Amino acid sequence: MSTISNNTHDSYEKNLSQDPRERAPLVTGGKDFSAVTSTVADLARGWPNIWWWAAFLFSSSLLAMLGGLLGYLFTTGTGIWGNNQPVAWGFPIVNFVFWVGIGHAGTLISAILFLFRQNWRTGINRFAEAMTIFAVMCAAIFPGVHVGRPWLAYWLFPIPNQMDMWPQFRSPLLWDVFAVGTYATVSTLFWLTGMVPDFATLRDRAKNVIAKFAYSVVSIGWTGSSRHWHRFEKAYLILAALATPLVLSVHSVVSFDFAVAQLPGWHTTIFPPYFVAGAIYGGFAMVITLAVPCRKLFGLEDIITWRHIENMSKVMLGTGMIVAYAYGVEFFIAWYGQVPEEQFAFLNRMRGPYWWAFALMIFCNCIGPQILWFRKARMNVWCVMFAAMCVNVGMWFERFVIIVTSLVRDFLPSSWDLFKPTWVDITMFIGSFGLFFTMFLLFLKFLPTCAMAEIKSVMPEAHAHSGPGGEAMDSEGRSDYQPD
Amino acid sequence: MSEVTEKSDHQPKPGRIVGIIGEFDNVEVLMTAAKKMRDKGFKRWDVYSPFPIHGIDDAMGIKPTILPWIVLGAGVTGFFVGLLLTVVTMSTDTYTPMMPGTEIVGYKFMISGKPFNSLPAWIPVIFEMTILLSAFAAVFGMFLLNRLPMLYNPLFKIDRFVRATDDRFFIGVDSKDSLYKRAETEKLLKDIGASAIEEVVD
Repeated sequence: MSTISNNTHDSYEKNLSQDPRERAPLVTGGKDFSAVTSTVADLARGWPNIWWWAAFLFSSSLLAMLGGLLGYLFTTGTGIWGNNQPVAWGFPIVNFVFWVGIGHAGTLISAILFLFRQNWRTGINRFAEAMTIFAVMCAAIFPGVHVGRPWLAYWLFPIPNQMDMWPQFRSPLLWDVFAVGTYATVSTLFWLTGMVPDFATLRDRAKNVIAKFAYSVVSIGWTGSSRHWHRFEKAYLILAALATPLVLSVHSVVSFDFAVAQLPGWHTTIFPPYFVAGAIYGGFAMVITLAVPCRKLFGLEDIITWRHIENMSKVMLGTGMIVAYAYGVEFFIAWYGQVPEEQFAFLNRMRGPYWWAFALMIFCNCIGPQILWFRKARMNVWCVMFAAMCVNVGMWFERFVIIVTSLVRDFLPSSWDLFKPTWVDITMFIGSFGLFFTMFLLFLKFLPTCAMAEIKSVMPEAHAHSGPGGEAMDSEGRSDYQPD
Repeated sequence: MSEVTEKSDHQPKPGRIVGIIGEFDNVEVLMTAAKKMRDKGFKRWDVYSPFPIHGIDDAMGIKPTILPWIVLGAGVTGFFVGLLLTVVTMSTDTYTPMMPGTEIVGYKFMISGKPFNSLPAWIPVIFEMTILLSAFAAVFGMFLLNRLPMLYNPLFKIDRFVRATDDRFFIGVDSKDSLYKRAETEKLLKDIGASAIEEVVD
């Protein structure tokens, strides 16, 4: 390896420097361009370490379990789930909304932070985009199998069929098909396009013939020509500009599934922004959950630095406050609206049979992550992981609370019934983590984990004229510095 | 391919001479060099770098790409596709032929009190179609304008060029450029700071 990691206490401090006169480096350990290349490329080139194998064995066995359960479901029918009347939805939709939410941080980091010129995104964006795609894959499974006859899922698409019928465009569930479908497609395009130059880097460094061939095909002949970069950057900017309203729309549309209904507790205009904030909250928690162990186990500490973790902690803190505010507003509007059913629904959430889920949600989403207010906690790996795990758990329970507590007790007491998940419900949810982590580990092994080209472009050496203090200047001598 | 090689006096190599590339060690030298190449009036030349360099478009004199207009066109198309898909299928009495021999009935059912032509309910679909087509146009338009995929490139035969995706910068001049003269161009590249020069042979 061409670099010596001199990741001293000093470089951590400098990296986190809040002094606006100084441009804190985004890449620590004194790495130059080729060191960045080798750090990332060696991961894809070498034999994975023991941690990878352990994680892969574990997650792929969970994936196998999911496969078995899906087989059981297809051969037996949806009766193996705890879904009943009135809770016709239950776990599949809880899991769907949970996983779609996880997918939000990826596009947010990639697109919105790109438009805001937040250079720190370069270390983690590839990572987060990959997470988005795998989370959307997990999400797609649940409504797909929830329709009961999944082999007829193509009825959702507006294609000619033997019944001479179109899908029902008035239904929010069909809007979901378009929103989630577009989101998955555009995220994948964004991810793959961004990877082309990095595939070229891997192609030029691949040792064995198969890898060389595979990377050659996926890098589609990228040379790094500036004329190509010019159009590439324009396309990337346009994609980011398209993905930004898309990321906000997709979870808004998911929330319409609920908000367009008349059920007490669902019929709320705050749902779109509240769901989006919650999704970003849960998504960033998952990025932290993945990034903190990965940077340690796969030697990415100089690229995914504490500054990244700290920034993500701050985003989590901010979106967490929005979520807490939304919980408050829901209760306020229920009281202020003076609709007895609505008021009952919210009291029932807090004090009814699922009070424990509500309490867990409040603790995990509103109380636990507040430790991130303290810089000492943001700098401590255990505290950050604790906060992130709180949010992961809390956001799942948030969806559970919204869906189940509203459905079990609606307008008519005669139609009330409790919901009890079966072992299949629970193991299928665990199995979906198997799919997610298996895909993620394969990504870590075979694809460029970090956006090498983008990381290099925010390093001080990438700028033609270096001003005093390593600050980059453009040709007219103006400073290029943007605080982040 | 079958073009006859002009006999070069130093290293005779088989094949067609595509051009010449010069290697540069850092962005600063490269930037000045690019400006000089532009000012000399070269047309068929390029800079190769592992990452997009801030300001190189001006230094090379690259004109803005037409890509945004392509995306706009695709976006407008997507908007109308979404509009047609929803309005025609949900609010017309007529059969809506889609493919020869297939006729599909509109879905004229009163659901949740929405009128047949309930434009607000179509907004999500129209919006997603607009975004979807624009995104496809942005990505595939960009690759087509760049003439990619192109898996064969004589540049990949040069060992030195491997570093163009790592940490080095190259200026390449095509032999078809009107100002290209083997020896003079080589000297020019040396003068503007190239640390190594190599001929690209197909």
